[in-house]
Amino acid sequence: GCFVFKPSTKKRRLSDKIAHDFRCTSNDSEDTELRFVTCQSLWNQIKSETEKIQENLNKQLLDNLVSFLSRSHSDFQEKTTEWTCRMKFREIPTAALVLGVNVTDHDLTFRGLSDVLQDNITPYVALLEAKDCPGIKNLMQKLMGQLMKCDIDVDSLEDEDCVQVSQNRIRCSMPSLISWYDSVTKKTDSETPSKKRNSSSRHWQSPPVVVIFRDMESFTTKVLQDFIVISSQHIHELPLVLIFGIATSPMIIHRLLPHSVSSLLCIELFQSLSCKEHLSTIIDKLLLTSRFPFKLGEKVLQVLINIFLYHDFSVQNFIKGFQLCIVEHFYSQPLSVLCCHLADIKKRVYSLSHDQCENIRRLPSFRRYVEKQESGKQIELLTNDSFLKEETEKLLEDLHVYHENYVQILRCLHVFTSSLPKYPLGKQIRELHCACLENRVWETEEYESSLQLARMLNKTDLVTILQQCVEILMSSSGKEFDRAVEKLKEFLTQFQNLEEASQERDVSVSPQKELQKKTDLYHLQKTLLELKESRRSKKLTKFEMLRFEVVDYIDSLVRRYLVPADERTLQEIAYFNGAAVLRGHLNAAPRTALHTALNSPHWYLKNQALRCDGGGISNKAPDICIVYKLHLECGRLINLVDWLEAFSTVVMAAEETNADAASSDQVDDVIHARFIRAVSELELLGFIKPSKQKTDHVARLTWGGC
Amino acid sequence: MSRPEGMRGSRRSLQVKFVPDEDVLRHISDDTGTKVRKDKAQLSVNVKRFVKKLENISDNEAQEILEENYVAALGICAQDPVGNGSNISGGEVYSFQTPKRSNKMAELASQLAQTPEKNVAPDDSKCPEKMAKTPQSSSNFMWAEIVWKCNLKKKEFVSSTPYRLRKRLAAPDPYLESESEYSASCSEEEDEDEQKEVSTVLSDQKTPAKIKAASTPPLRNSLAKKNKEQKMGNLVEEYFEAHSSSKVLTSDRTLQKLRKRRLDQQTLHDLLKNAPLAYAAEIRDLNQQHESLFSKWMLQLHLGFNIVLYGLGSKRDLLEKFRTSLLQDSVHLVVNGYFPSITVRSILNSITEEVLDHIGTFRSPLDQLEFITKRFKEDSSLELYVLIHNLDSQMLRGERSQQILAQLSSLPSIYLIASIDHINAPLMWDQAKLSLYNWLWYETTTFNPYVEETSYENSLLVQQSGSLALSSLMHVLHSLTLNARGIFRLLAQHQLEKKDNPSYPGLSFQDFYQQCREAFLVNSDLTLRAQLTEFRDHKLIRTKRGADGVEYLLIPVDDSTLTDFLEKEDEDV
Repeated sequence: GCFVFKPSTKKRRLSDKIAHDFRCTSNDSEDTELRFVTCQSLWNQIKSETEKIQENLNKQLLDNLVSFLSRSHSDFQEKTTEWTCRMKFREIPTAALVLGVNVTDHDLTFRGLSDVLQDNITPYVALLEAKDCPGIKNLMQKLMGQLMKCDIDVDSLEDEDCVQVSQNRIRCSMPSLISWYDSVTKKTDSETPSKKRNSSSRHWQSPPVVVIFRDMESFTTKVLQDFIVISSQHIHELPLVLIFGIATSPMIIHRLLPHSVSSLLCIELFQSLSCKEHLSTIIDKLLLTSRFPFKLGEKVLQVLINIFLYHDFSVQNFIKGFQLCIVEHFYSQPLSVLCCHLADIKKRVYSLSHDQCENIRRLPSFRRYVEKQESGKQIELLTNDSFLKEETEKLLEDLHVYHENYVQILRCLHVFTSSLPKYPLGKQIRELHCACLENRVWETEEYESSLQLARMLNKTDLVTILQQCVEILMSSSGKEFDRAVEKLKEFLTQFQNLEEASQERDVSVSPQKELQKKTDLYHLQKTLLELKESRRSKKLTKFEMLRFEVVDYIDSLVRRYLVPADERTLQEIAYFNGAAVLRGHLNAAPRTALHTALNSPHWYLKNQALRCDGGGISNKAPDICIVYKLHLECGRLINLVDWLEAFSTVVMAAEETNADAASSDQVDDVIHARFIRAVSELELLGFIKPSKQKTDHVARLTWGGC
Repeated sequence: MSRPEGMRGSRRSLQVKFVPDEDVLRHISDDTGTKVRKDKAQLSVNVKRFVKKLENISDNEAQEILEENYVAALGICAQDPVGNGSNISGGEVYSFQTPKRSNKMAELASQLAQTPEKNVAPDDSKCPEKMAKTPQSSSNFMWAEIVWKCNLKKKEFVSSTPYRLRKRLAAPDPYLESESEYSASCSEEEDEDEQKEVSTVLSDQKTPAKIKAASTPPLRNSLAKKNKEQKMGNLVEEYFEAHSSSKVLTSDRTLQKLRKRRLDQQTLHDLLKNAPLAYAAEIRDLNQQHESLFSKWMLQLHLGFNIVLYGLGSKRDLLEKFRTSLLQDSVHLVVNGYFPSITVRSILNSITEEVLDHIGTFRSPLDQLEFITKRFKEDSSLELYVLIHNLDSQMLRGERSQQILAQLSSLPSIYLIASIDHINAPLMWDQAKLSLYNWLWYETTTFNPYVEETSYENSLLVQQSGSLALSSLMHVLHSLTLNARGIFRLLAQHQLEKKDNPSYPGLSFQDFYQQCREAFLVNSDLTLRAQLTEFRDHKLIRTKRGADGVEYLLIPVDDSTLTDFLEKEDEDV
C-alpha cells in the first residue's frame, strides 16, 4: 500500500520554495515578493515575542524549582542530619508540578525546565514519557539511555569505551546505574580544577540525578510504583530527585500510588500559571499594542478565543490560529503589502502600481470615505494615482495613530469597567476589546448600565481608578493625551479639595441634628417629612457633581477614541476579517459537511433538478443520497432486500424513459450494482455495518439526521 | 410548531409558535456576532426564557435553544464562499434513536417515486403537526405500538390494551395486513403459518407498485386525524420505546428469495463502469474548485501545517491530481490507507528503506521512528511529502498507529496531507495528537464514488472472496514444493471435515505434525515449522494460541473456496 516516488531532478531550496508557493498562489501577482517577506518577518517577530512571554511567565516557577532542587541536593552534599534522617525513611525528594489541562502547552515548559536544570544544577536530567514506558524495563532502558548519553555529551569523546557500553546495551538495572554514577562523579572529582570545563564547574561535586515524568497521569501505576520502590532502596547511593508533571490535581498522586509507596516520596508542590492568564498576557502583548501592524478583526478574535475557551485551553493553538490569520491575510489581500511599520509606509505607498491603486479604490471603507468628500476631491481620488497615494499615506498614518490611542483608552475604560459589580462589559480586557471592535460600544446597553454603575462609585474607588488612568495615559508616547492627563489630574485635585470641604459640611450638619431633641410626636413627624422632602429634591452634592463630570469625561474619551475599527478608512489593510475561513480550517465539522452533502446535495451540486423545498430530497439525487435517505426510515436493523427494492423503485421512477424502453434484466443489474456501491459507501462512511443477527440485514450505527 | 391540545392536563394551556427551519437557521446565522459576553449578560433572561419554554415545549426545542447559544457563541459565519453548510445545528445531525415503523422505507420510496417533478413530499404538506425535523416520529411511535400489541394479541397476551386501542384494532385495517410480513428479529418466536403467510405475501409484493397501493396517503391522513390525541409522542417516551424493545421489526425477506444472482467484484465493476455517473459536470465543477486550492495547500504545508481533507466523496483522485501536478519534483510517499494489509510498520519501512536508503531492521516501530526523526533533524535538506488516502482506515485508526503517524507528521520537514471519510474519524485524535498533527481542515466534498476504497471491503452483497482468493491460493501453492502442497492439503481437508462445527478452533500443531509424519510429508517438527512460516508469510494460514497454550492452525478462507480449491487440486494431480 505504500509507494515512494523519487524525482530525478535536483531539489530546490526550501525557502525559495515557500516564496514560490506564495507567488504562484496569489494570482493577483501584486508585490507578492514583498508581501511574503513582510509576512515572514512579522510572524518571526511575533513568534519570538510569544516565546519571550512564555519564558517570563515560567521564570517564577522555574526559579522555585531550581531552588528546591539545589536544596535537596545540598543536603546530600553535606550529609547533614536532615538528609541522613530522610535516608532512614528512604524518602525521595519529589516536586509535583501542576501544569493544568492544556497538555499541548507543556512541551515548552518542560523543554525550558530541562534546559535550566542542565545549565544550573546537574547534567543528569532524564525526561520520561508514558508512551515510551509501558513497563519498568522500558522505563529503565529509556532512563539510562538518556542519562548516559548526556554523560557522553559532557565528557565529549575522550573515552570511547563509554560509547561502546551504551551501544552494547548493558543490563539495565539500578546497580548498574549506580556504578555508572559513581564512575562519572569520581572522574570529575579526580580531574584537576584546571581541566574542568565550564559546564562541570557550574555543577556541584555530586550533582543529583533528575528524572522528569512528563505526564504522570498516563503512566501505569505498576511501573510508577515499582520504580519508586526500587529507587528508594538506593537513594543513599544515588541522589535521585523526581519531578512529576501533573495535568489535573495533586490528588492524583495519592490516587495512583498506595500509601506505602507515596510515603516514600517527600513531595513539594509547584503550581504553574493558569492558561487563562497566559492567554491574557499573550493578547495583551500581541494584540493590544501598536508594535505589530497586523490586527485581528472582531469575529476572528472571537473565533480564536472561543476555540480556546470551549475546546482546548491551549495557548499554543491560539498562537497557531494567529499564525494562520497572518498567512491568510497576507495571502488573500493584495494590499496587505501596506500592512507594515510606520517607517516603511511612505516608501511602499509610493511604489504602488496602478492596479494596486485600483485595489485601494475598490476597498469598501475607502469608498465610504470618498463618498463623504466633496466632489472635486472625489474625482481627484478616483482618477489621480499620485493624489491617491498621498491621501493613502495620510490615512494609514491616521489609522496607526487611531490604534495607538485606541489601546490607551481601552485600558482606561477597562480599569473602570473591571471595578464595577457584575462586570457588565466583561471582566477581561479581551471581552471589552471585542465589544469595542464589534460596534460602537457607547450604543450598547451594557455600556449604558456600566456608566450608570460608574456614577455610583464611591470616592476612594474613583480616585484610585483615576490615578490608574493617569498612569496609563502618561505611559503612552504620543502627545495626544496631554490634555486628557491634565484634565484627570485636575479632577483628582478637586476630589482632594472636596475632602476638606466635606469635613466642614459635617460640622454644619450637626446643628440640624440637635433640632431633633424635641420629643414632640407632631414635630418629629413634621421634621421627618421635611427630611424626606428634602431628600427627594435634594441638590446634588459637590462630590456627586464631580463624579458625573468625571464619568461624562470618560464617556467623551470613549466616544472619541473607541470607534470600531471597521468604521475606519483603509482598515482592510491592517485588519484580518476572514472568520469563516479560519473557523473552517481550525474548528471544522466533518460530520456536518457529510450531513449536508447527503441531505441536500444541491448545496454542492448546482443543478436545478436537485433543488427542492422542504426537508425532502429529489429522486434524481445521487445514489448515495437516496440510499441514505431511505435508511433513515429504518430502525436498528435494515433488511437489504427491502432497501434494494425501495431504491430501485425510486431510481426507476427517476429514469422513467429507461424503464419503459428496456425493462430487461440488464437495467436491473445496473441498479443492483449501483445499490451495492451506495451501500458499501455508507459502510465506509460508518453509517451501517454488517449484522449477523438476521440474514441479509445490516445494522444502523447512527440516529438522527432526519 | 403547531401541536394539537395536549393530552396531559397541565399542558392544556400551551402556546405554540410555528418556527420553520429556515427561520431557525437564519436566526443562528444572523446571530453570528453574538458573544459569550453578551450571553453572560443575558443569562438571566435566557434562563427565564428557558424555564418558560421548558414548561411549554418539548425537550427537542429547548435543546435547540441551548444549541443556538453555543453556535452563536462560536461565531459561525454563514457567508462561506465554498459553502460547507456548517450552519446546521447539532441537533439535526445527532439525535436520539426514534422508533421506526417498519414499512416506512417503502413508503418513502414510493413517495419519492411518485413525485418526480414536484419535489415536495406530500406528507409534510398535508400533516401540519409534523415538523420537518422528525417527520415520522410522532406517528411512528403509535404504529410501533400497534404492531407490537398486535403481535401480542396473536399470542393472546393482550390484557391491558386501552379501550381506545382495542376498538381501533378491531376495525379492519389494511395496514395491519401489510404489517404481517414484518417480524421481529428473534424469528424463533414466529409461528410457522405466519412464515408461510410471509412468503405468499412476499410473492405478491414483488412489484413496488403494490407497496404504493398499500400505502396510499389519504388513508393515512384520515387515520392520522383519528389518532390525533395519541400522537403526542413525547421525546422521552419515544426514547425508551426505541430502546426498551429488544425486537426490531424487519421483514424476513432474504436476497436468495429474490432469485437474483450475487454479483462478484468483477461484474460489479463492469456494470458500474457502464453506468453513467450522474451530475458529472457539476462534480467536475466542484473538483475544479478544490483544485484551485492546491498551491495554497503547498504553501501551508511548507509553513508547518498539515492538511486533512474531509467531506463526502472519494478524495483519492483529488490527492492524486495534487501529487501529479505539484509533487513531481520532490520525494513523496503515497499511502493507500484503505488497503487491507497496510500497517504503520510498512509505512515506516518504506521511509527508512526507500527514502533514507537504510538497510537494516528495527526492534520496534518506536526505534524506527526515532531513527527517522534523527535523520531528518540531522539533514535539513531532506524533505518528504506523505499522502495518506483514508487516514481513518481500519488498519491505521488504532491509537498506537495514530500516535506514530502524528509524531512523524510533527517533523518540520515531513509534510502530511491526508483524507478522512468515516463519520467518527475525528474521535481518533486527542488533544495531544491534534497538536502534533497541527491540522488545517479542508472540506472537499467531491461526490466521487469510492471505487478503490470500497473495493477491498467485504461487502455483504458482493460474493465473498470469489475467484480472487482462489486464484491467489492456487498461484501461491504452485510455487511451493510438492511436500508443502501436501501439507496444506492436509490442513484444508481437516478444516473441511470440521466445517459444521462453528467453534472449531483449528488444528493443533501437535496433531498436525503427527498427521504430516504419517503421510511422510515431514521428518521433524522443525521442517514443519519452517513450512508453516512460509505459509504464514503468504497469509495462507493463521495461527492462534488457545487457552491451553496450544498453537492452532487455521486457513482463513471460507469453506466454498476451500472446496473449490481441493477440487482444482485434484484435477491437477
